[in-house]
Amino acid sequence: MSAQPRPFWHPLAAGGLLGVALLLTFLITGHGLGASGFFARMAAWVSAQLAPGWAATNSYFAPFLQAGNPLSNWITWEVIGVVTGGFLGAVAAGRFRLGIERGPNLSTGSRLLFALVGGILVGFGARLAQGCTSGVGLSGAATLAVAGFVFLAGFFLAGFATALFTRRLWQ
Amino acid sequence: MTLPLYDNGLLSGLFLGLLFGFALEAAGFGSPRRLTGQFLLRDWSVFKVMFTAVIVAALGLWLFQTLGWLGPGSYFVPGLLLYGTFFGGVLIGVGFMLGGYCPGTSAVGLASGRIDALVFMIGMVAGSAVYAAVFDWIRPFALATAGPGGWTLPQLFGVPDIVVIAALAVIAFLGWKLGTAMERRLGGPYRAEQILEDVDGLGTGGARMGGAERLHPAE
Repeated sequence: MSAQPRPFWHPLAAGGLLGVALLLTFLITGHGLGASGFFARMAAWVSAQLAPGWAATNSYFAPFLQAGNPLSNWITWEVIGVVTGGFLGAVAAGRFRLGIERGPNLSTGSRLLFALVGGILVGFGARLAQGCTSGVGLSGAATLAVAGFVFLAGFFLAGFATALFTRRLWQ
Repeated sequence: MTLPLYDNGLLSGLFLGLLFGFALEAAGFGSPRRLTGQFLLRDWSVFKVMFTAVIVAALGLWLFQTLGWLGPGSYFVPGLLLYGTFFGGVLIGVGFMLGGYCPGTSAVGLASGRIDALVFMIGMVAGSAVYAAVFDWIRPFALATAGPGGWTLPQLFGVPDIVVIAALAVIAFLGWKLGTAMERRLGGPYRAEQILEDVDGLGTGGARMGGAERLHPAE
């Protein structure tokens, strides 16, 4: 690896920009930033392709599907923007690498299995909380919502507790 | 009082998402090692960046309302669920530590070239479908609410918004100091070049070969 990547931004600078982006989102749209809603809508869309009968009568997916294409929504455009913005930033700073990121003790196959299992838990949890770290945690806390801080308490407590048993995954 | 604009169109989403993704990537949140470093106490960027963003946005919302440019109750405030908010947060905390991402950061991980982020995303779609499949059984538990809709800390404690924001700033400052001290002790925070050493390149002849293990003797 010859090209040296540029350093990550200072947390104050990155957090400041993130805060401005979040504030602008409230002023322009009337709500905060999100992400998990897109994956829920994607799940509704995929279910409608693979099992249309089940999806159309499922009490959680049906409202999404009755309103038309579930992916035709602001959150889809936002997530496309997130991927684009992240890609441009990563390429410009020499931080783009195609590959699998893992801790030194973990095989590639195990890393992908843990990524899948973690994703399933997060997908389920985000539906349960009606949002994720972005929508309820970050955006909720910015509105000083009780829900935002209760969510963050659960997230941080569980993260620290899980870390006690999963150190080897990452270090 | 012309704000919010309530513009939820294509360009609004693309533009705001672009800023969001750029900021997350700049923070280093496309990297699962940096993200999970928070809970290993080695890299406190998640806490630092998140609290900074929350305080900046909360101050902005307060300022715009104080100036009369933004109507009270004009923007979405999530309500508290009796079980769902906390236990959803718990599941996301566990899944984050196992899988390395949360939903927004997985999008930035993919944007940074991480295949593991794509696998994580497939998992999230599957997890959402599992929720839909069991929704009828867990509905009473999942949808039970607590407190008034859009309940806020200023309402809970009966103090003005700015008092809560100031208290958050104090917590952020103390957490920041603690975090920086722990980062120094544990060899963090992760630098971009360290992170890239731990990415198994595809079709690049194995960027990792003979590299990463020897470069991290302390781990």
